[in-house]
Amino acid sequence: MARALAAHAGTGPRLSDVSKARSRRTSRRAWLYAAPAATVLVGMFVVPLGLAVWMSFHKWPLLGDSQPFNFPANYTAISDDRLFTAAVGFTVKYTAIITVVLLTLSFGLAVLVQESKRRVTGVLRTVFFLPVVTGLTTAALLFLGLLSPSAGPLDDLLAHFGAKVDWLGQPTTALISTVVMMTWRFAGFYMIILLAGLQAIPRELYEAASIDGANRWRALWSVTLPLMRSNLALCTVLIVTGGMVAFEQFYVMTRGGPDNSTVTMVMTIFRQAFSQFNLGVAAAMSVVVLLGLVVLNVVQMRLLGDTDEVAR
Amino acid sequence: MSAAARRVLGGVGAAGVAILAALFIGPILWVAWGSVRNGGSFSGTNYTRLVHYGAGLWTYVSNTGLVVLLTVVGSLVISVFAGYAFARLRFPGSKALFVGILAILMVPHTSLLIPLYIWLDRLSLGNSLVGVSLVMVMYQMPFSVFMMRNSFETVPRELEEAALMDGCSPRTALRRVLLPAVAPGLITVGLFAFLASWNEFVTPLILLSDGDKYTLPLALVNLVQGDWGMIDFGALQAGVVISAVPCIILFAFLQRSFVSGFTNGAVKG
Repeated sequence: MARALAAHAGTGPRLSDVSKARSRRTSRRAWLYAAPAATVLVGMFVVPLGLAVWMSFHKWPLLGDSQPFNFPANYTAISDDRLFTAAVGFTVKYTAIITVVLLTLSFGLAVLVQESKRRVTGVLRTVFFLPVVTGLTTAALLFLGLLSPSAGPLDDLLAHFGAKVDWLGQPTTALISTVVMMTWRFAGFYMIILLAGLQAIPRELYEAASIDGANRWRALWSVTLPLMRSNLALCTVLIVTGGMVAFEQFYVMTRGGPDNSTVTMVMTIFRQAFSQFNLGVAAAMSVVVLLGLVVLNVVQMRLLGDTDEVAR
Repeated sequence: MSAAARRVLGGVGAAGVAILAALFIGPILWVAWGSVRNGGSFSGTNYTRLVHYGAGLWTYVSNTGLVVLLTVVGSLVISVFAGYAFARLRFPGSKALFVGILAILMVPHTSLLIPLYIWLDRLSLGNSLVGVSLVMVMYQMPFSVFMMRNSFETVPRELEEAALMDGCSPRTALRRVLLPAVAPGLITVGLFAFLASWNEFVTPLILLSDGDKYTLPLALVNLVQGDWGMIDFGALQAGVVISAVPCIILFAFLQRSFVSGFTNGAVKG
């Protein structure tokens, strides 16, 4: 207090001394507040990330004490792993399908909710959103039951038409089943993001478009879609990223089968680590997937434009 | 278009919407119905079998409960302090710290879980629910810190200054004036921490090796994959209901926080 008063008395250097001391005190207090977050960030994220790189340079069996340096053996082992190379193809295919299906359906749902009568809007939004609140694993387990020949209703239903499908027993239907489950679980989530974009479009623009003679499709194409660019971009980035790291939906529903036809990249990492006990190779795969994902995200942001508009 | 044609078209549209809605709600109704049915009549035996499955349902639920408690409390404490610091105080390194926290979003979980499996063991947190909770707090950090920073930023500075003027210490001002003002943000952060940790599967799958420590989702997947060909679908349905009900109840009461979480931060991160 005394120093502050002295500063007010008007001596220049002292004033800056005081403000420096104050800002030092503020930043010490700020770091004290930020310390728990910084600790978790370093201890649970930065160190493990560094360790992943370190492990990828070493032969690292699950059990055993010595971890000799073996760079680049773990990385060359990746391209020798035929399961991994096949998994890259499958993961890309799954991502492409789920992106198209989820984006189209969520957009359709958002338009439907937006255009429906006031009374119905709330109900529809709740119904479409309800699956989102169940966990992904819970949803996968639910569909496992739904699709099973013994417990599910589908088998009886199809029997009426004389058809029989072993949903999870064939590569194509196993993929379709998983896509259906993921769509059920996530459509409501992306619908909410797109709905926020739809609601932000001023009504007058549609009126202007219709005065200019544009029909509904034309208005959708030239008014709605361009104005929802950032929302659509955000959804695309999230769906693509989620698709590339897909794991639990397949782990629960298909276990990668039948005949390893639904093994994703992340599933091969898991198998390298905990079935083949090569943590070094698993770490190298993790690093590769991580780098690939960062590149993919940067490219997507560039291509799709800034998602910042939504982020603010 | 004639009025009659329009009415027919409207009717077809309404039927389509109803079918669409039924496709979304149907699976949930099916599992709820199936969980209380046995051999064509109502019975609770599916639940009884689930209660006695493995180490016992109660063990799995309380394991999950511990992870949830630690994750929710940890996320709230960390995000309140960090959010306040980011919103109100200038300090060197704040930008780097914030970007570092957001970078968590860029990294696939499995890429981190392989080294975490080794690292937590070194910290004597391997195969432990506390270790799982710490990882969950880390995953939630981008959302929780971002959310709380935004919440603090929307509180007018005058509110805090008035409290300081009245003789509150900065800490008291934070606790008595600012915290109530950011309560909606706290609820959203807590809600999402609850949902994430209650439903998490991959983290406990990799980090826990002891069947007695399994969380509910892990135990339920084991129920399906334990004995090949002999899946107890009745118990599975009961398990799905038990893991979905808390989430649905929270949704019913906190719909507003859900939507604000998804549109304000959960996806923004």
